[in-house]
Amino acid sequence: MNKKSKVVRYNKWGYIFLIPFIVIFLVFQMIPLASTIYNSFFENYRAGLKQIGPNFVGLQNYVTIISNGDLPTYFKNTMIMWVMGFIPQILLSLLLGAWFTDPSLRLKFQTFFKTVIYLPNLIMASAFAMLFFTLFADSGPINSILLQLGVVKEAFKFMSNEWSVRGLVATMNCLMWFGNTTILLMAGMLGIDPSLFEAAQVDGATANQIFYKITLPLLKPILIYVMITSLIGGIQMFDVPQILTNGTGDPMRSSMTLIMYLNKHLYSKNYGLGGALSVFLFIITGILSLVVYKFTNSKEK
Amino acid sequence: MAAYTNDVAGKKDGNSIHARRFVAYLVLILVTFICLFWFYILFINATRSNSELSTGFRPTPSSHFFENWTNLKEGTLPIFTGMINSLVIAVLTAGLATYFSTMTAYAIHAYEFKLKNAMFTFILMIMMIPTQVTVLGFLQLIGNIGLDNNPAALIVPAVASPAVFFYMKQYMDSTLPLSLIEAARIDGSGEFRTFNQIVLPLMKPAIAVQAIFSFVSSWNNYFTPALVLHDDAKKTLPILIAQLRSADFLKFDMGQVYMMIAFSIFPVILVYLVLSRYIVGGVTLGGVKG
Repeated sequence: MNKKSKVVRYNKWGYIFLIPFIVIFLVFQMIPLASTIYNSFFENYRAGLKQIGPNFVGLQNYVTIISNGDLPTYFKNTMIMWVMGFIPQILLSLLLGAWFTDPSLRLKFQTFFKTVIYLPNLIMASAFAMLFFTLFADSGPINSILLQLGVVKEAFKFMSNEWSVRGLVATMNCLMWFGNTTILLMAGMLGIDPSLFEAAQVDGATANQIFYKITLPLLKPILIYVMITSLIGGIQMFDVPQILTNGTGDPMRSSMTLIMYLNKHLYSKNYGLGGALSVFLFIITGILSLVVYKFTNSKEK
Repeated sequence: MAAYTNDVAGKKDGNSIHARRFVAYLVLILVTFICLFWFYILFINATRSNSELSTGFRPTPSSHFFENWTNLKEGTLPIFTGMINSLVIAVLTAGLATYFSTMTAYAIHAYEFKLKNAMFTFILMIMMIPTQVTVLGFLQLIGNIGLDNNPAALIVPAVASPAVFFYMKQYMDSTLPLSLIEAARIDGSGEFRTFNQIVLPLMKPAIAVQAIFSFVSSWNNYFTPALVLHDDAKKTLPILIAQLRSADFLKFDMGQVYMMIAFSIFPVILVYLVLSRYIVGGVTLGGVKG
């Protein structure tokens, strides 16, 4: 009896230690989420000096962002740039991960290589984008090098071509994230039972066969985890295209992402459309998060 | 395993191993080049004057490093205030995130209470939801409670950091035995004191890793600070970079532009060179379990 009451007395501390997290979470995330959703049902913006609303308009804001083509276009842009960055990233990471964990290769200087490939992940994305903007400017160093090597006859206008701007954004994202992905995949590869590799080698399997028939299938859960977390990150793509194109998403808004569009509404204080867009983003990331949660949770058990 | 593989490989196809190793090193050197090339140009160009830069690229450094630095320092961008603002926000964010996430993880790890599992599940579910989706309501909220244009609005929310919490919980599962807490109780230590004086010191390695990550992500953060901070005196470095981008570009002294970019990323590169071992190791621990 005495012992039990003591346990209960201790366990109330569980709640006490949770108070800071819960209070801050409710105030700075739950209330904002609720008021974002609330805002999405109201017409509320400035037209010149005049404030319109807030007036209740039901689902009108959702209809507007879908039917005027903005949401589908910017969603498409975001996905194109994500895919362009993700495919080379995952291929490179798989290759490097397989090499780093292959005991028969016994690569030296692994720590050095891992340190180098992870470095771009920590660089300020806005500074990195600014650097790329200056390097790829019409009179910048890259054009200068290309001219000196005779690859091009006159400076290539990287910032005026839809696909070169998207390509630059994708390149930066790939560079910033492939080190992180490599390290995650390596952890997965090292978790595979080594006796499987030994057995395959005894049976005379080549390195390629081992990679495709053993490593890859066993790595599938981690590959899916990496892909979905990367997709969630891709939907948040903002700093790089924002700074690279100075917020315009040019040429012809072809590199404008969903969050850049949200940012525009936040600056112009169009809370109705901004709210509808936020709810849309919340639903997509919410569904993807549930998938990630399932993965994290199944590993827990 | 390694020796065994080598035996087989050595007899059967020693050449193929050598060839594969050669290709691997070649690709790794190429990748290293691609990763470092940009920073090499950045630092070279930061040493060159505007007129030298306009004549085209040269791979060798020039002598205008200190001149560019002086010009930037005395120019219009408040870089030192920016750096101090970034530093203060990043340090406090890292401190709050690690301390309170450890506390939250400890609550779930060490105590048995009714809502324990529900709470844990809930935090895991919200872990991946980005801050961007609630930022509209967040801006309205901080406007209403008088925190608009106040760095505290960027610092205080760090108390609830689900990802840091998750890392701390994982670390506790593998290193913090409940018997230790039991022993502290028998010695008459209060629960709060046990947490601060026994649990926190044991969590030092995990706290260090997460403090670095929180610091770097706050240092690099552009989206929320740009929406919250309006006064020049309060702006952080990423906001200043964005201002540099939106200014009339052609009128700028390019030597200064490169110097400014180098100035913003230099502290992180420095920290990384010193602590890279812990950082690279920390990625694995946090991201995927086994």
